[in-house]
Formats: sequence, structure tokens, C-alpha cells
Amino acid sequence: MADTKTGIGASVRRKEDLRFITGKGNYTDDINLKDQTVGYFLRSPHAHAKIKSINTAKARKMDGVVGIFTGEDVAKDKLGGLICGWMIHSKDGSPMKAGPHPVLALDKVRFVGDQVALVVAETKEQARAAAQAIVVSYDVLPHVVDVAKAMKSKANVHDVAPDNRVFNWSLGNEADTNAAFAKAAHVTSMDIVNNRLIPNAMEPRAAIGSYDTGTESYTLYTTSQNPHVARLVISAFHGLAPEHKLRVIAPDVGGGFGSKIFIYGEEVACVWASKFIGGRPIKWTGERSESFLCDAHGRDHVTKAELAMDANGKITGMRVHTKAAMGAYLSTFSAAVPTYLYGTLLSGQYNIPNIYVEVDAIYTNTAPVDAYRGAGRPEATYVVERLVETAARELKMDPAEFRRKNFVTSFPHQTPVIMMYDAGDYGAALDKALDMSDYKNFASRKAESAKNGKLRGVGFSAYIEACGIAPSAAVGSLGAGVGLWESAEVRVNPIGTVEILTGSHSHGQGHETTFAQLVSERLGVDINNVLIVHGDTDKVQMGMGTYGSRSGAVGMTAISKALDKIEAKAKKIAAAVMESSVNDVEFKDGTFTIKGTDKKMGFGEVALASYLGHKFNTSEIELGLKESAFHDPSNFVFPAGVHICEVEVDVDTGLTKIASYTAVDDFGNLINPMIVEGQVQGGVAQGIGQALLEGAVYDEDSGQLLTGSFMDYNMPRAANMPHIENFQLGFTCTPCPSNPLGMKGCGEAGAIAAPPAVINAITHALGVRDIAMPATPLTVWTAMQSMKIAAE
Amino acid sequence: MSVVKMKLNGKAVNGDVEARTLLVDFIRQNLGMTGTHVGCDTSQCGACVVHVNGKAIKSCTILAVACESADVTTVEGLAKGGDLHAMQAAFKEHHGLQCGFCTPGMIMSAIDIVKRNGKNVSEDVIRRELSGNICRCTGYHNIVKAVQAGAANM
Repeated sequence: MADTKTGIGASVRRKEDLRFITGKGNYTDDINLKDQTVGYFLRSPHAHAKIKSINTAKARKMDGVVGIFTGEDVAKDKLGGLICGWMIHSKDGSPMKAGPHPVLALDKVRFVGDQVALVVAETKEQARAAAQAIVVSYDVLPHVVDVAKAMKSKANVHDVAPDNRVFNWSLGNEADTNAAFAKAAHVTSMDIVNNRLIPNAMEPRAAIGSYDTGTESYTLYTTSQNPHVARLVISAFHGLAPEHKLRVIAPDVGGGFGSKIFIYGEEVACVWASKFIGGRPIKWTGERSESFLCDAHGRDHVTKAELAMDANGKITGMRVHTKAAMGAYLSTFSAAVPTYLYGTLLSGQYNIPNIYVEVDAIYTNTAPVDAYRGAGRPEATYVVERLVETAARELKMDPAEFRRKNFVTSFPHQTPVIMMYDAGDYGAALDKALDMSDYKNFASRKAESAKNGKLRGVGFSAYIEACGIAPSAAVGSLGAGVGLWESAEVRVNPIGTVEILTGSHSHGQGHETTFAQLVSERLGVDINNVLIVHGDTDKVQMGMGTYGSRSGAVGMTAISKALDKIEAKAKKIAAAVMESSVNDVEFKDGTFTIKGTDKKMGFGEVALASYLGHKFNTSEIELGLKESAFHDPSNFVFPAGVHICEVEVDVDTGLTKIASYTAVDDFGNLINPMIVEGQVQGGVAQGIGQALLEGAVYDEDSGQLLTGSFMDYNMPRAANMPHIENFQLGFTCTPCPSNPLGMKGCGEAGAIAAPPAVINAITHALGVRDIAMPATPLTVWTAMQSMKIAAE
Repeated sequence: MSVVKMKLNGKAVNGDVEARTLLVDFIRQNLGMTGTHVGCDTSQCGACVVHVNGKAIKSCTILAVACESADVTTVEGLAKGGDLHAMQAAFKEHHGLQCGFCTPGMIMSAIDIVKRNGKNVSEDVIRRELSGNICRCTGYHNIVKAVQAGAANM
């Protein structure tokens, strides 16, 4: 073991914090380049319209205007459109119907906010004024914003999909599942809506694109979770420039939650247009209004779900039909979200012999929908855990015991929907959560709440998710356009300090600390002597970025493999320098020793020796100490846990308070428990936000986004969260067998688990079967009123 | 354009601004001090909170010219020499930040909350008074802990 204060398992305080708490962070908008101009996007005011003409003549003559670019300019230059990187086939074998997605709108706009023109000027005020002087003549077309209505709407978002259906995908055995339902002793059936969410990372998206006329190469600073994927897409699909002529830098990024995975038109337009203004950099910094209108949204599913049980309360089948909104265009990973990240998780923690799921992915005249924290898995968990809780109530069984009765208990476990669960102990997490939440005394707390005019309820969520995304061959066979491995390079400097180059990207997750802890553990190096380098395609050769809770299980495993090579080579050098056999070299706590002797060398001494080459034969052992590795996971990893939420509902106002929240999670081995807990707390807050506060609303008549600012879209604030003493976290541990560190992923669990826990608690408190998310005071109050009416 | 003069983090500064220039734009654009952030366009998120004459204020909600001769402190002005302000240290110690974008505003608001409510400020007051600062990463749990700890050490 290394110094336990900085090695694996220690709650090391974060190395990256100093710059953030002192105002020295370096976010994209903090960067200003020489001769920089400002970009501003003119956006569509209509949900759906033909562009008849765009007149920029007056705007071009205005003060400070450097250039104005429209979809025609993009088309003329043959810059490719935005892509969806995952091909899904319908159950009839036909490929998904992907409509065109130009960088700037061409001929048509398809949602309010669609970018119509890029105006470049010396100042933002000038750019904005010029944008307002552009005259766009529109022919307004019928639109549709409601996913449930889109297939029968007059509106046709893309010609290629006349009924607005992108694909009709299925998974599982329909005949066997139908047979299970025919034999069922009890069937629980529900209509389930998963509300549309707007990610709202606190840093709005931003980009600075520039073209160097001397080297004929481009540089793009952008708020990206995966700069290498951005470079790959902009090179290979947009065709802007080959990869060696395009550098993409994602500096400090202020949160992502999925929304900064995708390649958007704005950054492509900025970097492309720079060439046409003599290479001057173009900086675009999104306003929050633009984040609301144009960042890819999350969720927006309408589902019919059924659960079949036998006479003993054993689940025998599940049948699910989901309509999933895609928005106006297929965003980068959108097609994968309601399919392979959703249908594959419908078995939950349960032994369900027959599952059949069908998904209609549907265009609507709204912002695109893509991965948002959890991506498909929160939607799946919501379906499973609402069904299971409701089934238990209908069977008059304790919801905890109904779950336990149906838990998967032996591993590996093959579900009927692709996934092979490798390890877990769901009963242990349930026991721990029941104990920590003091479930057995719930009745007395309920009575206490009742005295204060409050209805108390308790809700469970036993979630599982698949992350550590993902085995490349497997995802390739399912339609992914990329492999989902990760890379790492370990550079040991001559004085023994270490630089780690990783393809993962940190935008709040604390990689600069946790990755350094791994190095400290393995090499015995102080974490302050470890530098984590990420987010620059000129420094790190290639990588797949950070999303899907993959940076630990996949990214750190790549580092671990490179460290294996470093250790092996360092041992050879140590053996040569100490004139011993490599088989006798032992390495522990940063020191190389020779078995049975008092010979020893520190890691730093070996590092120096490796670069001096004085004391070993450099024709036998190559100079230097630098190794790299790629890691392709052999399976997904399967974090799982049990969350228990207690709510108090105010009878007079319908206000729901989270009375207590208990999260017990199995993430396998933890590198830094403090950071892991922070991830759970943040994820749960987003889940509570979805359940109680947040919901994107488009006006059906106008197609306008009604929840377009922080004054209309209810973000969780400090007072919405449970008190410190009422928010408990616990862990169980079944190490992941598919990576050497035994890690699973922790980034999305909270957002996946929390919504059903909260809604199950509210429905329990009210004694109703369902309540819509977000369960606002109005929604809850209305439900209570209608119950009173029904009772009268 | 007119010239505005003020004290920023103890140093005299000045610059040419338009009448409509917001304090946050003066700080970020004219002075190149980028610790103060802009996270919204409706004065809701609090990423831009600074202290003007000792009081917390959203710098997107006041004109630069309205701060003529004012004493302005940003997050860059909190640490004295190499020593972090107690609230900065508490945010690090209690993992009160993840992506760091809301952090400057959070810290500036937190200091103001403690100044007005005292070292023993309650959890309820902290949560209520942080309503003008939005964080998307932490769920506020560790921010509240940090403010309590920072308060004790201020």
C-alpha cells in the first residue's frame, strides 16, 4: 500500500479545488484570443417553418459587423451536417429515418431556437444589433411538440419520416412474453410519463473557433465532455479538416450531465467561419436562454407498461411500449438512449423470465433529446420501480419484501434483454437501507406527521444500471459508430514525478485527484507529484471522453494497465542497476528491493536511471520510462442499490418535503469515498428535481418553450433538499469482476434511483396509484382535491 | 462611453464603459478578472455575486457606472497572501464544489450570509438565503456543510 492518506480508498481533498475557489479556473469564456471577434446566432422564432428568404444586406453594413453566415454558405462550402452516431434498426429490419441536420438551417427551421444565421462582429452588442436587422421571411408550417400526438399529427418534421417515426425498435421475445401474460395470476398495468428535462449545467455552452492561415489548421476551444470525439466528428463527418489540422481543447468545463457530449452546430459554425474572416477567432458564449432552447434535453417518454405475476407473487413477465421524443433532429447519441440504454435495463434487479419492449422514437418540433445524466436508465428504472411498487400494493405485500422475493440472487445472471449481470448482492443493500432508514418504525413517524397536518409516505427504488460504457465490439454490433474504449499514457519524468495523459475528461468529477490517487497507490508517488492531463487533442492522442459513468471503470483501468507496464519496465531497470535478476526485484511503497539483500532504490532513482542510461545496456533495455495503454471493457459494469425516500405532504398546500432520504449503493471498490458521496448527493438532487420541480413545457399552440429561463423552469435550490442529518448515504461492496480495480460507476446512480423513490413515497402518502412528475404543489393539491370529491 | 473608477480587491481601477455596461462585464471584459462568472440572463443563478461596499450583490444586476467610487471585492480578492479565506478553505475541506462554476458566487454569498447572521447561522437560514445561488453538481449538501464550517472559522 502507498501512503493510505493519498492512495485508493482515502477521501483525499481535491487537487483541482484551489483554482476554483480562488477564481483561477479557466473556462472557455475566460479565454480571450488575439483579434477575437464575437459570434451571435440568429434563431428561429417558429417551431416549424419554411425559410423563403434571408436578407442580410442591411445587417452587413452595420457598425462592427465582420461577417454573416447562413445555411446557404455552409452548403456552398460543402460542410457536412450534424450526425447521429448510433444506427438503430426497426424491428422490420429497416434503418432509422434520419433527416438532415445542417449546421445552420437550410430551407427549413424545425424548432424554436434552431440556428438560422451566424453574425460575427467586433462586439456582442454589435453582433446582436446586426442579427436583429436580418430579415428572414418564413412560411409557417404546422408543428407538433407532444410526443404522444406526433405520429398522428398534420405536422411532418422530416420528409423521410412521414408519420414522424424515426424507428420502431424492439427487444425481447414477444410470443413468450405474451404467453406469460396469458397465464398470469395478476397483471399490473400503468401509463407512465417521464417528464422532459433541461440539463442546465451551470456553465453555458461556449466555443472559440480559429483558423491559422500560416499552418492551414483550425483550433476549437469548446465546452465538451469529449474533445476527441468532437475532433473526430468535425473532421470525418463535417469534413472541416483532417484530424492533424484540427485541435480541439476542452479546458475547465462547468458541468455537463450529458449535454456537453454532443457536437452542436454552434461550435462547428464558429470554427468553420473563422477561415472566411481571415482566421480571426470567433467566440460564442451561449446565454442561458440559449441553453434552455438549444441544449439537448433529456427524457420525454410516454409509456404503457405491464407486469405479470403468478399466484405466489413471482414476476413472470414484463411488457413495455414507449414513445420516446427525439426532438427536431437526431442528436449525437440520441438513438441509443431509448433503445440500448433503456430496453436493456428493464429487468431491474429482478429475475424476470420474459420481457418484451417496443420503442417508437418520434420527431417533434422541439429541441433535440439526447443523453442526460443516466440516459435511458432513469427512464427504465422509473418504469420498473413504479410497476413493482404498484404491483406490491395491489398484491397487498410489503414493497420491500415483494422486491426481495423477486431479486436476482445468483451471478452471473443473464437477463432476457441482453445484459449479463456480473456481480451484486441486492438483498444486502436492501437490508442496509431498511436498517439505516429505520423502516420498521415508519408507522410511528407517520402518526407524528399526521399530528402536524402532514401526510407521510415511504417509497423504494431498487435500481440497477449498466455503465462503464462499453465493450467496443458489443456496442458496434448494436449500431454504435465508435468504439467505447479509453486510452492512457503514463510519462515518468527523470526526477520521478508523473504525468498521466487520459482520454477521459473531468468537468466536476475530480479526476485530477482520483486518478492521482491510483498513481500514488501504485507507484508510491505523492499525489502532488502527479499531473493529470486531459482535454486537449494536441496533448492526448485519442480518447472517448467522460459520460455513462465510464471514467473510473474504463478510464482508470487504462491508466492501471499503463502503470503495469511502467512497473514492469522499472523493475528491469532496477534489476540492471542493482546487478540482480529481475525475478528478485520487489516493488512496494515506491521502493525497489532485491530479495534477500539490503539493496534498494527509490522510484525516483529508477526514473532518473532510466533516462541516464549509464548503468544498463540500452540496446537491451530501451531508454526512458513512458508507457501507454488502451482498455476496452469486457462487459458493462452494474452499479445497483436501494434508495428509500420518506416524504411529508402538506394537506393544505400540496407542498411535498423530502423528510428523509437514504441511499445505499454498491459501486464496487471506491477510490475516493468523499468524491463518490458527492456524486450521489448531486445525482439524487437532480432526481429529486425531476420528481418534484423540473419539467420542460412547450406550448402546444405556438410551439414556444414556456419554461425558458430559471424563472420558469424550477431548478433545485438548497432549501428543496433534505436536511443534512436526514440525507444518509451507505455502501455495500461486491467488487466488479471485469476490471482490475473492482470499480463500478457512481456518477449517474442518484439521478437514476431518486425519481421513483420520491414518487413512490408521494403516492404512498396520498394513497393514490399515480401522480405526474414533477409533483408540484398544484399537482399534488389537485390530486388530493379530486380524492376528496371522489370520497364524497 | 464614460470613465468609471472604483476599487477592486483593494486596488484602484478604471475603464471606459457604456452607460449600459453591467458591473460583471466591466469586471470580466475590461479588467480581465474572470473569477466572477455569468450563468444566466435573469439574475437567478448567483454565479456573478461580488461584494460592493461590503454587501453581496449580483454583478449582472448593477451597472458599472452605478459602482463609481465603490469598493468591490471579487472571489480573487478573498485570499490574503497565501492564506485562503476561511470560507474558501471550508469549501475545499467539505467538498463543497465539483465543476467549480457556481463556486465563486457561492463563496461570496456564503460570506455575506455569515456576516449578516453570525457564526451560528442555522441550516435553515443558510438554505433559505442560498436561494439566489444555483448549483447543479453538489445537491447543496456539502455546500451547506461548508458554509457552516466556514462560518465557525470566520
